[in-house]
Amino acid sequence: MSAKSINQLATVCMWIAGVLILGILMAFLGYILYKGLPVLSFDFIFGKSRELEAGGGVGAQLFNSFYILFLSMLVSIPLAIGAGVYLAEYAKENRLTYLIRLSTESLATVPSIVLGLFGMIVFVNFFRAGFSIIGGSLTLMLLNLPVLVRVTEESIRTVPKYYSEASLALGATKFQTIWKVVLPNAMPGIITGITLTAGRALGETAILIFTAGTTVSRHLGDTNVLAAGETLAVHMWYLMSTGLVPDRVAIADGIGALLIIMILIFNLVFAIPGRIIQKRTGTMR
Amino acid sequence: MNTIDHNHKLTLAYDKYVRYLFIASAVFMTVIIFSIIFFIGKQGLMTFTEVSPIEFFFTSKWDPMGHHYGALSFIIGSIVVTFMSIVIGAPLGLAGAVFMAKIAPKWVREIMRPATDLYVAVPSVVYGYVGLVLLVPFLREFFHVGTGFGLLAAAIILAVMILPTIISICEDAIRSVPKTLEEASLALGATRWQTLWQVVIPAAMPGILTAVILAMARAIGETMAVQMLIGNTPMIATSLFSPTSALTSNIVVEMGNTPFGSAWGNSLFLMALVLLLISLGMILLIRRIGARRIA
Repeated sequence: MSAKSINQLATVCMWIAGVLILGILMAFLGYILYKGLPVLSFDFIFGKSRELEAGGGVGAQLFNSFYILFLSMLVSIPLAIGAGVYLAEYAKENRLTYLIRLSTESLATVPSIVLGLFGMIVFVNFFRAGFSIIGGSLTLMLLNLPVLVRVTEESIRTVPKYYSEASLALGATKFQTIWKVVLPNAMPGIITGITLTAGRALGETAILIFTAGTTVSRHLGDTNVLAAGETLAVHMWYLMSTGLVPDRVAIADGIGALLIIMILIFNLVFAIPGRIIQKRTGTMR
Repeated sequence: MNTIDHNHKLTLAYDKYVRYLFIASAVFMTVIIFSIIFFIGKQGLMTFTEVSPIEFFFTSKWDPMGHHYGALSFIIGSIVVTFMSIVIGAPLGLAGAVFMAKIAPKWVREIMRPATDLYVAVPSVVYGYVGLVLLVPFLREFFHVGTGFGLLAAAIILAVMILPTIISICEDAIRSVPKTLEEASLALGATRWQTLWQVVIPAAMPGILTAVILAMARAIGETMAVQMLIGNTPMIATSLFSPTSALTSNIVVEMGNTPFGSAWGNSLFLMALVLLLISLGMILLIRRIGARRIA
């Protein structure tokens, strides 16, 4: 075979790979939406789940998913921005910085089940809180932190140096410069990072099974942080592995569709405007 | 005058102390990772007060009721399923990355970027569920096997799940290869494929290796999808379709039934420690590769 025809063959192969990659994603999303959308109804989305008979809803799980996500973000965002600012603006290339970077990278690759067991030791056994929303949220934070730290640091680094130089030259302190010049300019990137992280955290399961548990409070919309807090994703897994309700496949289909819709919203609706702003300010520079 | 002075002092004080807040939140990352190692390690290593390391690592008889804690089948399950997923997923991901970086027209690229983000965002339990209701019955019918659960089902879904890791890191690596290398090759009369295969990909190799290692870390730590597809039987797999178990899946299946602090519970924490050490080892490996990066 001549070099030319090998070249053509390789090009065709890579087109196939590209199309296959898009096709697999479409197949996954399409299948879940096709099966799950018909299940979605007001009663299903906001109703109570049942242990044994068919026809239960996922209202409590939906509430818990967002409640846990909200609480974990509430703690992780300030911490991650603090750490990101430190790494981008203050850190000198010394041992401590190396250790912090290594820790952040390591934390990002720790399997989520290991984070879950860590949360279980700390919150369920050490603090004796049992399976609780607060334990789940704080453990979920460990999943969010490394991603958010990296995103913050990268976004800050894209802010041109002369912005902060101008601010410092006007006599602003370093903190004033960071707070009023650097962070606002890095914000679009940070917000994109936050929505992508939130989308991932919303579907997380392994961390929450042994920290937030597989049961829900008797009251719908219970904001007590010590109540058990099964989320949508955990409920889906629980149904398929040990569930007893006869219509568990239908409920799982519905949860799948709900999760996918929420993730599409997080990724496409929230994240894309951030990207556009980023691009626009990028071209302005 | 006096108040201005006072305000200025306050501003300077802020500037000084806020700095410590930033340092504290950064150091918190290190505190977390060390406490994870400490707590998981302490709980896991307590297994060895009742079970010998040789039994745990080198025998495969897992029968906690009968005090047999051989975890070899889980370790083998994790390793085999990880390698299989890399063998399936890495070539596809690399081809996709080359496609995105060098071949795809701009509009296709604009679609594939958000698509790779979506791959990451789909919850692992959804991947597992689709595998359960779609892939497992398909494998059962197509290969005429008993259940369809087992290594192959888990590896195929894992291969899909690691695609975004491989694609995005490989694409970055390929893009960062200096244009001059490519132009030199093309100027010598090489075709686009010859240039990609003999110049661009070798130059991007450290990045590609990083992608593969990170993908392995993700695959070996993946829990939900594997648990839903691997069959959950504590035996070493004899074929691609015989139900077996992995470290992660076994933790999820059994942790709920074990009393905290029992030998059984501790041995599950020891499995978590093994996973933790593997993932930390991989990060150190990536650092090594990164340090030797040429292109």
